[in-house]
Amino acid sequence: MLNPELKLNTKMFENPPAGGEQVPIRQGFGEGLLAAGEKNLQVVGVCADLTESTKMNLFADKFPNRFIQVGVAEQNLASVASGLAAMGKIPFISSYAMFSPGRNWEQIRTTICYNNQPVKIVGSHAGISVGPDGGTHQAIEDIAITRVLPRMIVLSPCDSIEAKKATLASVDTGTPVYLRLAREKTPVMTTDNTPFAIGKAQSFWLPSNGGNPKVGIIATGALLHRALLAAKTLEPNVEIEVMNLSTIKPLDEKAIIMLAKKAGRIVTVEEHQINGGTGSAVAECLAKYAPVPMEFIGVNDEFGQSGTPDELIKHYKMDTDSIIEAVNKILKR
Amino acid sequence: MELNDDRIVELKEKANNIRISLIESLIAAGSGHTAGPLGMADIFTVLFFHTLKHDPKNPGWPERDRAILSNGHICPVLYSTMAHAGYFPVEELKTLRKFGSRLQGHPHRDFLPSLETSSGPLGSGLSQAVGMAIADKMDHGMTSGKRIYALLSDGELDSGQIWEAAMLAGKEKLYNLTAIIDRNNIQIEGYTENIMPLESLSDKWRAWNWHVIEIDGHNIEEIADAFDAAKSVVGMPTMIIAHTIPGKGVPEFERDYRWHGNPPGKGPTDKVPADKQAQVALNDLRTLGGKIKSEHQ
Repeated sequence: MLNPELKLNTKMFENPPAGGEQVPIRQGFGEGLLAAGEKNLQVVGVCADLTESTKMNLFADKFPNRFIQVGVAEQNLASVASGLAAMGKIPFISSYAMFSPGRNWEQIRTTICYNNQPVKIVGSHAGISVGPDGGTHQAIEDIAITRVLPRMIVLSPCDSIEAKKATLASVDTGTPVYLRLAREKTPVMTTDNTPFAIGKAQSFWLPSNGGNPKVGIIATGALLHRALLAAKTLEPNVEIEVMNLSTIKPLDEKAIIMLAKKAGRIVTVEEHQINGGTGSAVAECLAKYAPVPMEFIGVNDEFGQSGTPDELIKHYKMDTDSIIEAVNKILKR
Repeated sequence: MELNDDRIVELKEKANNIRISLIESLIAAGSGHTAGPLGMADIFTVLFFHTLKHDPKNPGWPERDRAILSNGHICPVLYSTMAHAGYFPVEELKTLRKFGSRLQGHPHRDFLPSLETSSGPLGSGLSQAVGMAIADKMDHGMTSGKRIYALLSDGELDSGQIWEAAMLAGKEKLYNLTAIIDRNNIQIEGYTENIMPLESLSDKWRAWNWHVIEIDGHNIEEIADAFDAAKSVVGMPTMIIAHTIPGKGVPEFERDYRWHGNPPGKGPTDKVPADKQAQVALNDLRTLGGKIKSEHQ
């Protein structure tokens, strides 16, 4: 059952299988940045010719004097932001995740993280669900390359409302932040009243019998909705706890260890390469403190291709059926 | 301070002392870059002892000018200049590149917070300076008293990011930005025009709407005049192309790209045997110091 304490969107399973109301996660960033700009005069926006696609246009239209258009130049994007931050600004830089933090990784490492400047890197169009644009534009390596950087906070909100909260929370961290966004409309699972804090994992789905779950699912991003659908489908035969891991770094180790100890089996779900991603982060933690059998839902060491988001999610085995399959498989281990 | 003849001699002596200290630090380190630091000593001297608005005893002073070193590998000259300016004791220069030292092999603000940036990977310093200049313009417009200085090498102009930054600086009309290229014609594997031709260099910067000044990078007066002239340029950033001699001050090392990445003792041995290189460099510079003094008297 949905965790009643989190004031989640109870209509999220309406109109199956897609879910109720659907909004792109990037929309939440656009609204969050606008709100952040109104609250804090030091917030500035920098973009590499994708202002509308990344929804930075909401901020740019309202605050043209605090917006810088650098053109298709992602390396410059990162280092200009480093300079802005050195002068006291709180820069948000946006592009497609494939180009930032993809193309400009070394500039992010050296001029932002190593240089300790609190730049917020906003990677839109992350994951395979970018769809028809094809594999060149589907960033499925971005979590791996950002979570490996010292000082970097890595956020992967599950829906537009959480993305807005994550954007606002990023302003005050005093550190570099990577904020991962998706292009497509996805189900809205949270509400304005759902609590959010960087570094805090939350269990959105709990065993309806109040007992310990048989399997714990840890999901990040919009795929969380499919994980919840899987749990809903399997209930009451297999009681599952589903955790929303919207902060991938720093990892909420306490909550993850507790879930592993309760469930004894963990399935991770992410729209990202299995290698080096969220599942790896969870495995690094559990191997040390609470080793349990794990299954990993994600892209298995290959590139994406053109297709509709649903076709691709199914093809790369990240759909609800694949999550159910992983649960059944781990129950036999 | 007025730049009269006495002051020019003082600055020449200062530059020579900075060269001696940086050679001593490289000898103690046993690794590091020699040619670039020696070639840039006159420019660093004028910048830190004549042009820059800064306070070594209060490095975090918000109204200070900002000086960004993009090609971090020439940090021996930055460290030596900062030590002589009073940021930290000159004796500390001998800890260069050693474990626990504030003077990391390439500049790192975590260890030496008075640095404006950490640098090493080439090509990104101009972007950072552009970001700083935009921030200052955003906050203060023409009323700002600050200037942003970016020190670049010619070799790093091979990097595309430099030209991304060049375009943006021109577009944003960053009158508060002065950049300096160390045009010494060498990079680690050879002469710049063989590795990747850069000429016609001044035309390239003009094409991106920069004001360009070309100077002799060892002439104290020309360096100071160029920095001053940049302050009165309206509506565009200024690029000073400083023609320098790599290894300047040690004739046996001058103009030889093989001295780019080696310290005395590990450089090419066809002119000076390895075990004599340290002494030759220090002797040359001390003799030069004496010459500057006697010519003045």
